[in-house]
Amino acid sequence: MLTEKVKPSASMNLDHRGRDWYTDKAIALLVFVSGISAIIFIIGIFVFITKEGFGFIAGPLNVREFFGSPAWRPTSLRDPTYGVLALIAGTASVTGLAMVVSVPFSLGAAIFIGEFATGRLRETLKVLVELLAAIPSVVWGFIGLSIMNPLIIDLFDVPVGLGVLNSGIVLGLMAAPIMTTIAEDALKAVPDGYREAAEAMGATKWQVIFKVVLPTAKNGLVAAVLLGVGRGFGETMAVLMASGHSVNIPTSPFDSVRALTATIAAELGETAIGSEHYRALFTLGILLFVVTFIINLTADLVVRGVKKK
Amino acid sequence: MNHSDAGQAMEPLMFSATNLNAHNRRLQWLFRVLFGLMTLILVIPVGVILTVLVVRGGPAISMEFLFSHPSDGMTAGGIFPALIGTMWLVAVALIASVPVGVAAAVYLSEYAPDNWLTRGINLAIINLAGVPSIVHALFGLGAFVIFAGFGTSILAASLTLAVMTLPVVIVATRESLQAVPLAFREACWNMGATRWQTIRTVVLPNAISGILTGVILEVSRTAGETAPIMFTGAAFFFPFLPLSVFDQTMAMSMHLFVISTAVPGVPDELKYGTALTLITLVLFMNAISITFRSYLRGKKKW
Repeated sequence: MLTEKVKPSASMNLDHRGRDWYTDKAIALLVFVSGISAIIFIIGIFVFITKEGFGFIAGPLNVREFFGSPAWRPTSLRDPTYGVLALIAGTASVTGLAMVVSVPFSLGAAIFIGEFATGRLRETLKVLVELLAAIPSVVWGFIGLSIMNPLIIDLFDVPVGLGVLNSGIVLGLMAAPIMTTIAEDALKAVPDGYREAAEAMGATKWQVIFKVVLPTAKNGLVAAVLLGVGRGFGETMAVLMASGHSVNIPTSPFDSVRALTATIAAELGETAIGSEHYRALFTLGILLFVVTFIINLTADLVVRGVKKK
Repeated sequence: MNHSDAGQAMEPLMFSATNLNAHNRRLQWLFRVLFGLMTLILVIPVGVILTVLVVRGGPAISMEFLFSHPSDGMTAGGIFPALIGTMWLVAVALIASVPVGVAAAVYLSEYAPDNWLTRGINLAIINLAGVPSIVHALFGLGAFVIFAGFGTSILAASLTLAVMTLPVVIVATRESLQAVPLAFREACWNMGATRWQTIRTVVLPNAISGILTGVILEVSRTAGETAPIMFTGAAFFFPFLPLSVFDQTMAMSMHLFVISTAVPGVPDELKYGTALTLITLVLFMNAISITFRSYLRGKKKW
């Protein structure tokens, strides 16, 4: 009797949990786990490089020598020295030159593509910028090595064409498409109403860009430059191949330098797993990770600032 | 009659350019040309580089070059093992990253509330794309080669590449999912479908081509990377074809690096030929992705 009474009410139950309901919940969970995978991987990267580098940080690391000494001699038998000053100078000089070369051109190109160019010309330019971004870094390195190198030797009459100038130009070309794309997005994010209002006041196109669009998009442009710096800072293969790779604090643009990233790439293969040198290279990795993290975080905060307004 | 009279009377008052107008126009013209030139200087290198590679590397490309092994200490012969190795690496990396990336994008586009966790995920994605490739290599070495015990193998290298290129899939997929109008979903929900049924039957089919575009883009990224595979699975020289994911392998990008820096006496033709093959592979995949995208944009129903 009792079951008979319950049955019809159960079939009336609109919150009935059938197979579809459970599938739905299972998928929601699965998708959530994948969603947070990016966070898991970022934490994983930090944990694993710290795990391998920890033995160096806790043991032989001498902070003053590490940041203050220009001598990077990890393989010296008598007195291995781990000073990253010259490596930081190498990275900074190459990235700095790359930015000097590419920031004006990237922002100029972003303004031209976003504000001046129309129709087919605009689409073509965007595709070309995208193709520029697609060229692999090892091919850029090869270009630095076999096209730029003889060119610099001929043009400036120097014995070696590999150095700050070569890798700076190559890196500038590599970072430019990223900056152009992000800067153009920032310009696109300026509401058309702003432009129309200014045009209605009789402003010329250039006045609209200079007085209205650029000030409004300022934060996005700053973020674009920051991400370009991050790209240059972290680039490995091109710098490894085009910078000449000798530990050196550069005094002229033709000097050969060595970057932080390139040092890891060049030396890790020759170290024994677990050795002091190996752990020191992972410590460089931690340094790179932390700096790029800060750059990306800053860029994100700057962009968020623009959205709040 | 009256009307045209008024027009006649207005004539002397109509617009004529003042000095200020002319100045403004000149200024605008100047900046337009300046920025146009800057854009040109930025895109000209693409043309120059491609031309040089084609002119110098073109003669090296032949069926024999593509399908034979390197010989004489890599100073002669072809690039077949590297070509096959790159295909292995790309395929395994795709198998690992596409499901996770698409699922992550589905979460971000269909489920994620606007809270600190979602902001954290977005920040993590930006960082995953921004962390230097050599740091990914260190991670791959520590996590996959040593900790997981895969050794230097295709599996370890591909997983490293998969983690590195995950943001490409996530971002492209999320964009194409968000482009599906909300009304499509609402119509489906109103028929009593669950969230997943809606995603499976309405959202994903409408976004599939955008997802494919992202996957093709990922192929091109993965094929060109060098640093992440240097210590995780790519061999300096490995004259056999890999038989399983636990083998080491040669790869196009690594091969180009090795023959242009570490091996003396490699003829220029061989280097340029390898560079040309690699860049053709990468740009071809990119071109497909771009064409596909503009075709879709033109075809869009909503």
